Amino acid sequence: MLQNLDRATTSDGEQVVRRKPLVRMQNVDKIYSNGTVALKNLNLDVYPQEFISLLGPSGCGKSTALRIFSGLGAYSGGSMDWPQSMYDVSGKPEREVGFVFQEATLMPWATVFDNVFLPLRLKDKSKAQMTERVNEALALVGLSGFAKAYPRELSGGMKMRVSIARALVTQPKLLLMDEPFAALDEITRTRLSNDVLDIWARAKCTVMFVTHSIFESVYLSQRIVVMAARPGRIIGELKIDAPYPRDKEFRLSSEYSAYCRAVSDMLDLAMRS
Amino acid sequence: MTMNPAVNSTMNSTLPEETAEATTGPALESSRWSLSQILDRSSPLIAGIIFLLAWEWLIKFYNVSKFVLPPPSLIISTLISERADLLTGLQYTAAVTISAFVAAVVSGIFFGVLLTQNRRIENTFWPYAVMMQVTPVVAIAPLVIIWVGLDRVWLAMLLLAWMVAFFPMLSNTAIGMKSADHGLRNVFELYGASRWKRFRYLQLPSALPFILAGARISSGLSVIGAVVAEFVAGSGGSRGLAFMIVESGTMLNIPRMFAALVMLSAFGLSIWYVTSAVQTLLLRRWHESELKQEN
Ligand SMILES: Nc1ncnc2c1ncn2[C@@H]1O[C@H](COP(=O)(O)OP(=O)(O)O)[C@@H](O)[C@H]1O
Ligand SMILES: [Mg+2]
Repeated sequence: MLQNLDRATTSDGEQVVRRKPLVRMQNVDKIYSNGTVALKNLNLDVYPQEFISLLGPSGCGKSTALRIFSGLGAYSGGSMDWPQSMYDVSGKPEREVGFVFQEATLMPWATVFDNVFLPLRLKDKSKAQMTERVNEALALVGLSGFAKAYPRELSGGMKMRVSIARALVTQPKLLLMDEPFAALDEITRTRLSNDVLDIWARAKCTVMFVTHSIFESVYLSQRIVVMAARPGRIIGELKIDAPYPRDKEFRLSSEYSAYCRAVSDMLDLAMRS
Repeated sequence: MTMNPAVNSTMNSTLPEETAEATTGPALESSRWSLSQILDRSSPLIAGIIFLLAWEWLIKFYNVSKFVLPPPSLIISTLISERADLLTGLQYTAAVTISAFVAAVVSGIFFGVLLTQNRRIENTFWPYAVMMQVTPVVAIAPLVIIWVGLDRVWLAMLLLAWMVAFFPMLSNTAIGMKSADHGLRNVFELYGASRWKRFRYLQLPSALPFILAGARISSGLSVIGAVVAEFVAGSGGSRGLAFMIVESGTMLNIPRMFAALVMLSAFGLSIWYVTSAVQTLLLRRWHESELKQEN
């Protein structure tokens, strides 16, 4: 099984051919109990330290796919492997994932520090030993001075940073982000996009970013997976070859607009078919 | 914002703008509010004094008999002259009320948590809890007194007051336990939280505002429960304020009746204030109900 994975080839080219994927989804289907076919025949390999976006119209199963990756949701058919992870006796992979939801979902009764500490607390880690770790995560999102603040004292953007710190504090291999900036204003969103790229570079994890914004996906990702609805499926992939760090220059470049156009054409094609 | 390898410096430089509003806002407003806050606090007192003065004057003016309605001055002097009896009565009633209240809080939280652990348990016992609530306590009181109260009046009264105060605690705890935010439940599930940790760190804090609201209702109800119990128990051994009211009524000692009534209200009010203060103390840092609106 593992040897098979070693020889796997993808459209991505040589660079990744020799690396084992972090997660591999094969022919995954998801049918909800009410009969909705949320995902049909999904094939997706996710590689270590990639920045990958899932892009598609609302209702095409992006959140469903992310929940399956995280283990929060079960799939109805197909298979999912974690070639780089340990499996426990019951056959469950030890997924090292962090999840950033569309809302910050913080505990209003707890300080920023305790909110970020939560995943470690749930894994029976002691607060005294983990203080350093929590402070590192807070520094990573630029919230060092806010450990004692309560969520209600923070702006929307800052709450989202806390949520990102909470997802990073376990040092996950895969960071799942489900339209994390959808509820924020344009300016905050641009700023947070840049910060996410910084965090990604420093935390050296894989980021899987769900969005319905073409611009966001092109700006952020190395690879865009385009999805279509009814049934939810992947209709194509696009590699964004621009180097990092990316900045305003990139946003204004002709290369960027060409990529956006290509993605947009791909989406149009999907809508028509 | 340009990309910069020194991440910390770029991001920290963006933060002060975001927080500026949070720190300057309250400071500006506080001085402006102080006068109106003083008025807010003292207005019930001022209204009360005006009401009492009007009462006193109207009784003098129309020459109303003290057997119908005594003037406030007489009630106050009765409060002073009968203070020994009244304080004994207060002690008795307060003991029943507070014990019943504590019992209601403890048992309400306990059974509320238990009930929500399992759907079947909830479906099985919920109707009986409701039945207990909708049956008027006055209707069960004589029975309870016959069963437990003939030689243990105090226990019977405790039981009756508890029955009145229990339900709001139970239902509020049960609702609170289920009110945990769906997104947060996902976070707990993602990290494989144990049942105990989910309870301790998610459900219990989510339920706290509901539990405290329940406690405020229960505190008032336990006073009512204690009074009803004393009424029913009658001369069977009760020495509380409510019994003093009944007793004074039959002796046509209306000023004493009013004095006992004043004590009872004052006691109810203080319980209300204590529970409110506890609520504010526990929720002020985070819950909407305790936040001051600053626009
Ligand atoms: N819990 C659920 N039960 C039934 N249907 C669902 C559920 N969650 C999502 N769906 C349906 O599955 C499809 C995909 O949903 P979702 O993954 O949320 O899409 P997206 O995140 O791309 O907007 C939609 O048609 C949606 O209505
Ligand atoms: Mg979604």
